[in-house]
Amino acid sequence: MTRVRFDTTDVDVGENESVLDALLRAGADVPYSCRSGVCQSCCLRAVEGRAPSAAQLGLPPTLAALGHFLACVAHPQDDLVCARPGALAGAVDATIRDRESLAADVVRIRLTPNAPFDVKPGQYVNLVRPDGLVRSYSVANLADDDGFVELHVRVLEHGAMSRWIATSASPGTAVTLRGPAGSCVYVPGSPDEPLLLAGSGTGLAPLLGIARDALRHGHRGPIHLMHGGRTAAALYGGDELERLRRSHDNVVVTRCVLDGPGHGDVVEGALDRVIAARLPDLTGWRVYLCGHPDLVRTLQQDTFLAGASLDAIHADAFLTRADAPAAPS
Amino acid sequence: MTSLFERLGGQPAITKAVDVFYRKMLKDPRVARFFATTDMNRQRAKQAAFLTMVTGGPAAYTGKDMRTGHAHLVAQGLNDSHVDVVIEHLGATLAELGAKSEDIAQVAALANSVRDDVLNRASPSGAGR
Ligand SMILES: Cc1cc2nc3c(=O)[nH]c(=O)nc-3n(C[C@H](O)[C@H](O)[C@H](O)COP(=O)(O)OP(=O)(O)OC[C@H]3O[C@@H](n4cnc5c(N)ncnc54)[C@H](O)[C@@H]3O)c2cc1C
Ligand code: HEM
Ligand code: FES
Repeated sequence: MTRVRFDTTDVDVGENESVLDALLRAGADVPYSCRSGVCQSCCLRAVEGRAPSAAQLGLPPTLAALGHFLACVAHPQDDLVCARPGALAGAVDATIRDRESLAADVVRIRLTPNAPFDVKPGQYVNLVRPDGLVRSYSVANLADDDGFVELHVRVLEHGAMSRWIATSASPGTAVTLRGPAGSCVYVPGSPDEPLLLAGSGTGLAPLLGIARDALRHGHRGPIHLMHGGRTAAALYGGDELERLRRSHDNVVVTRCVLDGPGHGDVVEGALDRVIAARLPDLTGWRVYLCGHPDLVRTLQQDTFLAGASLDAIHADAFLTRADAPAAPS
Repeated sequence: MTSLFERLGGQPAITKAVDVFYRKMLKDPRVARFFATTDMNRQRAKQAAFLTMVTGGPAAYTGKDMRTGHAHLVAQGLNDSHVDVVIEHLGATLAELGAKSEDIAQVAALANSVRDDVLNRASPSGAGR
């Protein structure tokens, strides 16, 4: 049994418990979202004791070396004294530059970092609200060229962060950006490789970013962008996709709705079925999948079975608290 | 004697073998269900660990690891027939990658040697690992 201390909380970590579970059980205020070691919201720093290395996967080596770890997947061998990540290397203050509604339940915010912030399109950042609430969002633009960071946020009815963004994060609001993280990024060096970029909902954000990055690198192979939504209203970004398609011969756009009927360029059908019908053989393809966790999981298997190599499938499941494995009792 | 792991070409060859082997497993209705909920991002590393281990490469797994690693699958009905399927696809994968039949037999023997651990039962010899 190991003991963990954080703020004023001092608690034993049970056999099958994570550090996060134990701290929450004891009433500590630790931010978290996915509980799966992905979003990095729950990042803490071990100031005494050794941070378990298995809980440092995906963290930049610099942060890992400083004892940072993800509390939700940490099962430590040693007693730990933990602190908030605090002045994280890679955390910058940022200001909301503008906010615009892209669809009934999708808003776009663009943020200006107050210091250089090196993020690749398709990676995600952790947006920290002034009160400490943290959520991950994927970057939709070429932030280094544009000088701002663009995020697409799906507004959930009871979503703490997304509601706040939609209602309170007006231009001028100060937030913090942590990260970036994630490896769902364009891999330069194979300009003729066919690319499949597929996702649902705001999964479009990173896919647009990756497509723009590929085109900026002079990618010549076909780029298939496939966006799925439950209803036509969920399919935002049509104009942007159309612009990309018109200006590049190798860009093919497919949009589909689950709850039909199709109209115009929008076809009826589930995204996984549409992909299987249009691209039955993905041998030699590079695949990017973003959005709803169930869809991402399905498509990872499907595209692998259709011939894409495991090494060539990049995926970011947009895990929310709703997907978290087990809620604290 | 060099291990099959080395003769096949070490880690790069294993990476290629993972694709071939894991695709066979997922396409086989006899075993696919055991992989339904596993996270594909992590599968790559786990499958590579599996192939490294059974080809005699550097792997740090103990019998106890094999027991805990598969306990949840045993609870879902994992039995000897599934281990046989693994060995079957393993052999076909290695053959595709150009392994000789003696080597394949050796790998099958290695996989068989951890059968009791994977299936979480006492080994007939009664010897612990
Ligand atoms: C790697 C990564 C990248 C991400 N990128 C993006 C992105 O680019 N854009 C984006 O919009 N989100 C993205 N997310 C999700 C995002 O981090 C938040 O989880 C999401 O915005 C919800 O946060 P919230 O505070 O608004 O809701 P919370 O207050 O955390 O919880 C939302 C509550 O709403 C309900 N709920 C949750 N999901 C749904 C759902 N799908 N439908 C209906 N109700 C639901 C549940 O009751 C849940 O408890 C990403 C997540 C990860 C892990
Ligand atoms: C034949 C002997 C076998 C050996 C040597 C073996 C070896 C391994 C190894 C080394 C791992 C990785 C463990 C880790 O890193 O966590 C693993 C994981 C796994 N094995 Fe096996 N295995 C065998 C048989 C099987 C069989 C028969 C099945 C099912 C049909 C199976 C299904 C799995 C699954 C699903 C995982 C991943 C579990 C997870 O995602 O946590 N294995 N195995
Ligand atoms: S990484 Fe721990 S809550 Fe998401």
